[in-house]
Amino acid sequence: MTTGQKSSFVLSRRHLLGIEGLSRDEISGLLDLAEEFVELNRQIEKKRASLRGRTQINLFFEVSTRTQSSFELAGKRLGADVMNMSASSSSMRKGETLMDTAITLNAMHPDIIVVRHHASGAVELLARKVDCSVINAGDGAHEHPTQALLDALTIRRNKGRIDGLTVAICGDILHSRVARSNIILLNCMGARVRVVGPSTLLPPGIERMGVEVARDMRAGLADADIVMMLRLQRERMNGSYVPSTSEYFHYFGLDERKLAYARPDALVMHPGPMNRGVEIDSIVADGAQSLIREQVEMGVAVRMAVLEALSRNLPNA
Amino acid sequence: MMLSDRRPILLANARIIDPSRDLDIVGDVLIADGVVREAKRGIGAAGVPEGTEVIECRGKLVAPGLVDMRAFVGEPGAASRETLASASQAAAAGGVTTIICQPDTSPVIDDPATVDFVLRRARDNAIVHVHPMAAITKRLEGGEMTEIGLLKAAGAVAFTDGVKSVTNAQVMRRALTYARDFDALIVHHTEDPALVADGVMNEGEFAARLGLLGVPSAAETIMLERDLRLVGLTGGRYHAASVTCTESLEVLRRAKEAGLEVTASASINHLTLNENDIGPYRTFLKLVPPLRAEADRKVLVDAVASGLVDVVMSDHNPQDVETKRLPFAEAAAGAIGLETMLVAGLRLVHSGEIGLMALLRALSTRPAELLDLPGGTLKSGAPADLIVVDMDVPWIVDPNELKSKCRNTPYDEARMQGRVVRTIVAGRTIYEIV
Repeated sequence: MTTGQKSSFVLSRRHLLGIEGLSRDEISGLLDLAEEFVELNRQIEKKRASLRGRTQINLFFEVSTRTQSSFELAGKRLGADVMNMSASSSSMRKGETLMDTAITLNAMHPDIIVVRHHASGAVELLARKVDCSVINAGDGAHEHPTQALLDALTIRRNKGRIDGLTVAICGDILHSRVARSNIILLNCMGARVRVVGPSTLLPPGIERMGVEVARDMRAGLADADIVMMLRLQRERMNGSYVPSTSEYFHYFGLDERKLAYARPDALVMHPGPMNRGVEIDSIVADGAQSLIREQVEMGVAVRMAVLEALSRNLPNA
Repeated sequence: MMLSDRRPILLANARIIDPSRDLDIVGDVLIADGVVREAKRGIGAAGVPEGTEVIECRGKLVAPGLVDMRAFVGEPGAASRETLASASQAAAAGGVTTIICQPDTSPVIDDPATVDFVLRRARDNAIVHVHPMAAITKRLEGGEMTEIGLLKAAGAVAFTDGVKSVTNAQVMRRALTYARDFDALIVHHTEDPALVADGVMNEGEFAARLGLLGVPSAAETIMLERDLRLVGLTGGRYHAASVTCTESLEVLRRAKEAGLEVTASASINHLTLNENDIGPYRTFLKLVPPLRAEADRKVLVDAVASGLVDVVMSDHNPQDVETKRLPFAEAAAGAIGLETMLVAGLRLVHSGEIGLMALLRALSTRPAELLDLPGGTLKSGAPADLIVVDMDVPWIVDPNELKSKCRNTPYDEARMQGRVVRTIVAGRTIYEIV
């Protein structure tokens, strides 16, 4: 794509609450628009004015460094006024409910609220109470749509396509919103999706979401074009879902030996933050097949695309 | 609403269904002095005492008033959610003439004085009959047994720890053994709390899609299976408070075939709704036990039709807006149901899933029998607790028009066919749609 060419893609909906419900054309439209921002972000002058005058609130009920800063940068590069609110500083600490927070913020006339919350469905609940656009930055174990979009952009740029690829998503599927959003997106775009992990971390009924299920890395990674590792939360490591981190690493941690089960040109991804030596070995994480740093770069571009495409649909746009 | 005086009443030309006698006829019901005098063909206006109020019921159904075996009422301690007065208004509008209220109140109904408190409050404020269940264990803690003998003498009709399970098998064994000496019924919520853990809906595809932790149906069946072994050991009278899944029904069937004194309830919610109805995190459909798969629902309806499941109850559980307007996992569980139980059940009748006789038996006759209450029948001399139902009138549930103090109905804006048009308690019309 040449830098001068401009996508005029509009996301004709008020909110982005999940990948579920997006069409193939909408996903492609967002990825095409994001490509433009990848170019822009690599230039010295990174600023656009398309969100000038708009107010974006990042409302994070759960701590996040990477996603919150990515959304902040994305909003600022498009010219929006960006305000960050996190659980540690907000009145949520004082017992204000999610709904009251929504009503309070809504009275300040924001144009876009970016929300992360620890409970599945919380972002959708909040979206029903506000008049502006809402972007889901992760709700419980439900969805994390911009993560799936940035993963898709990363894959598409490196493999030239998504259709027909085999993608293995490995680790804690049960608690992962990243896994759910990716499963829906990759299925929608024609990839073959496999989930791999110990059975305690695979939700019963997951096979009905259109994925193959593997319980060991050899079967799970066979013929994989993409190996997507998930973070294992510390509280799930010792005896509750898996016996220990060393046993987990032995069977499911991605090292060079296990990566060799995949296709020779397979690429490795991780949504971060990584537990090195638990779900992924440093040599693989930093190796030639790793796309992990590129994912972070794509994160900003994809979030700019989402903000831009939603704002084009805002009133008075 | 007009309250009639104590004149005799003749309900004329009605379709009369009395499950206690397998009676389904067109005829008349004569009520006088608070009791059913007769319910039969052709009493006619001629054969009634002077001054009798004759109510034409052509095309309508007359049946025993419903006995709701499981309803949470907020007295004592949660009157903002529901009072005996508001619950009884909701009951009257739904055709329920007897409410069995639950002991998981604050304080817990675990001593005779509290039973007495509820009965006196009900006498002064409720327009339908109210009988409390008392706790099996003190403070519902699953440890020390309550004074089952004294509580029963004070008026507790059965013993339950509400939505808590007695996890200690020894405690349950002793309670069943001791209760047997007083012919007291133990009603038990069967869910293994360790298996439920942080689960908030039925385990399976839909929980996986919504990113919610699931509750396996085995959590229910395992506890039920344990209980039934203990019933075999002790010979106590046992009632499963709410069965929801195919596996539990299989276990129940085996216990009944073995001749154990075992009965069970199903909630109207589990008979008419399934896990898919949760849709986009609708917290009004967050229930304990959780709504199951459609296949389970169908089997459960069949079990009520066959009598394997004895009782249908509302599981009425009023919750404030503030405890429901939260993310699904954090929201309170429970739904109101006193006012919609019968009409929701009529959906199953209209769709041909169950016969009217079987449904009404599970809603009135069987619970009255199990709790040794005089209602649930239209036999001569029975208390005149009965309902008149228009089986066909269409209407839409408007939560704002329901009589409960809370609005958490899972049938919000649902289309219903059939409605209670008159409710009579002890010979007096307490609810009427003109």
